[in-house]
Amino acid sequence: MKNLTLLVAQRLVLGGATLFIVSILIFAGIELLPGDLAQEILGNAATAETVAAFRAELGLDKPPLTRYLDWLGGVLTGDFGNSLANNRPIADILDSRLGNSFFLAGYAAVIAVPLALVLGVLSALFRNSIFDRTTNIFALTAISLPEFFVAYVLILFLAVQTPLFPPITRISGDEPLGEALYRSFLPALTLTLVVVAHMMRMTRATLINLLALPYIEMARLKGLPPLRVIVVHALPNALGAIINVVALNLAYLIVGVVVVEAVFVYPGLGQMLVDAVSKRDIPVVQAISLIFAGTYIALNLLADVLSILSNPRLRHAR
Amino acid sequence: MPIALKNIPLSALFGLSVIILIGSIGLFANVLAPYGETEVVGAQYEPWGPDFWLGTDNLGRDLLSRMIYGARNTVGLALLTTAFAFSIGSFLGILSALKGGWPDLILGRLVDILMSVPPLILALMLLALTGTSLTSMVAVIAVIYLAPVFRLSRAAAQSVVVMDYVEAARLRGEGTGRLIWCEILPNITPTLIAEFGLRFCFVFLFIAALSFLGLGIQPPTADWGGMVRDNAVLISFGDLTPLIPAGAIALLTVSINLVVDWMLHRASGLKETT
Repeated sequence: MKNLTLLVAQRLVLGGATLFIVSILIFAGIELLPGDLAQEILGNAATAETVAAFRAELGLDKPPLTRYLDWLGGVLTGDFGNSLANNRPIADILDSRLGNSFFLAGYAAVIAVPLALVLGVLSALFRNSIFDRTTNIFALTAISLPEFFVAYVLILFLAVQTPLFPPITRISGDEPLGEALYRSFLPALTLTLVVVAHMMRMTRATLINLLALPYIEMARLKGLPPLRVIVVHALPNALGAIINVVALNLAYLIVGVVVVEAVFVYPGLGQMLVDAVSKRDIPVVQAISLIFAGTYIALNLLADVLSILSNPRLRHAR
Repeated sequence: MPIALKNIPLSALFGLSVIILIGSIGLFANVLAPYGETEVVGAQYEPWGPDFWLGTDNLGRDLLSRMIYGARNTVGLALLTTAFAFSIGSFLGILSALKGGWPDLILGRLVDILMSVPPLILALMLLALTGTSLTSMVAVIAVIYLAPVFRLSRAAAQSVVVMDYVEAARLRGEGTGRLIWCEILPNITPTLIAEFGLRFCFVFLFIAALSFLGLGIQPPTADWGGMVRDNAVLISFGDLTPLIPAGAIALLTVSINLVVDWMLHRASGLKETT
């Protein structure tokens, strides 16, 4: 058991190190920029004094290492600095938006994960049947569709032709849960459709690979019903791979919200990031990138740790 | 190695013909398009009719013409970007498999870092720094997709590098360039080609998504992602117009996936156990 804690701790340290390097990368982006950020933002018409004043305001006159440490220290205490566009503290704007984005991603995950697992097990059970073929074709199509296409098709059918759900998501964070779930149903459904296919196909593929093994053959020869063979015998062995795929897709969800939020004008982090990029509001871009990257790394780490826990064979490093 | 047409499954045949169709539309855009790419020819949002087969867009430009030019711009740029990512990525990949040692180690770690940040976020971050122009978009996406190509080609090359004939070629005194080009590359080409199709899909979707967000190909250049954004308002009136460019993007990616799927299947000769 000691071995296990050590292994998990190793992964955690590795994840922390990755995040640290990524934070340097995010920060150092400005340094790599040819020319001067203040000059870039103010334009060529700005006088030398204005540029100098602006540089001082941004802290660009200090050496990079000091600025990085200042920035990192701020981030760790929840202070992301001020937005260049409206001079408000970024942490204030982030507050509600962060919650909104995680709500949307979580909502989609709650629908997508069970759905994908059930569909995957069923299509492994009835492999090469009509059910399997149709879900397969749907999955293959869904993987290759751009998110905004799925989103607009859903809007067309579920919001315009039959007005069941609102085409634009207005959410303030104050409404009761039921109302919030209703209003953000379409964006959540879009995200679900985008991620379900991959998880389902992986579940199916992993299960089917296992089905060729002798111990499954044995279980079948014993006369066990097919569902029991899959759920009790094959599934535990496939769990590691499946958990991995699920966590990777959750990580994808976090990023997938960017485009979906743009379609539904959903007040989340993704919208804010896109706005900040087009305004070149660098501090906001840095803050949000760091949050997205951090979540992404954390989920990948979770996938790693969970697959170690679910598969005893991985505990003994060769 | 001619492949008999009848041996190709229907789905791959469909995909292949769509790719050829869209490719030739893009190539002959200026012959096929009834109006100019950015020419304002009517009122805004004119309905479908004999003059404008698909109506006009938010500025009164002919949508069909823009679709046709969009095929050239969007697909062309995606192809260019993928080609960049591939030539540089696979060169570095093979090189680091061949050389080993510290260059291999450093490149590998760099790629690890690139891949630990979600691509879209990385792209948005870099675009915020470089500003949104065509060149910076192509460069940014090429850099991002370098990473997976590097990994794949390095892994593929590694299994070739250890073979005896490569050793023999080395002893013969072949230079690095010749080793890569004549000895290793021919052996990993099939893997790379399938990967190229797959990566092209990602890059194409990526460019479309960026343009849709208003951060990719800039107006007035016609491109499919941006056209979805320009005409998005129409969807709330039950008008299908925004779905046409979006559908075109979807159709092309589905087609490529069908072809790649078939190629992978053929290459591996896999049969699922029943």
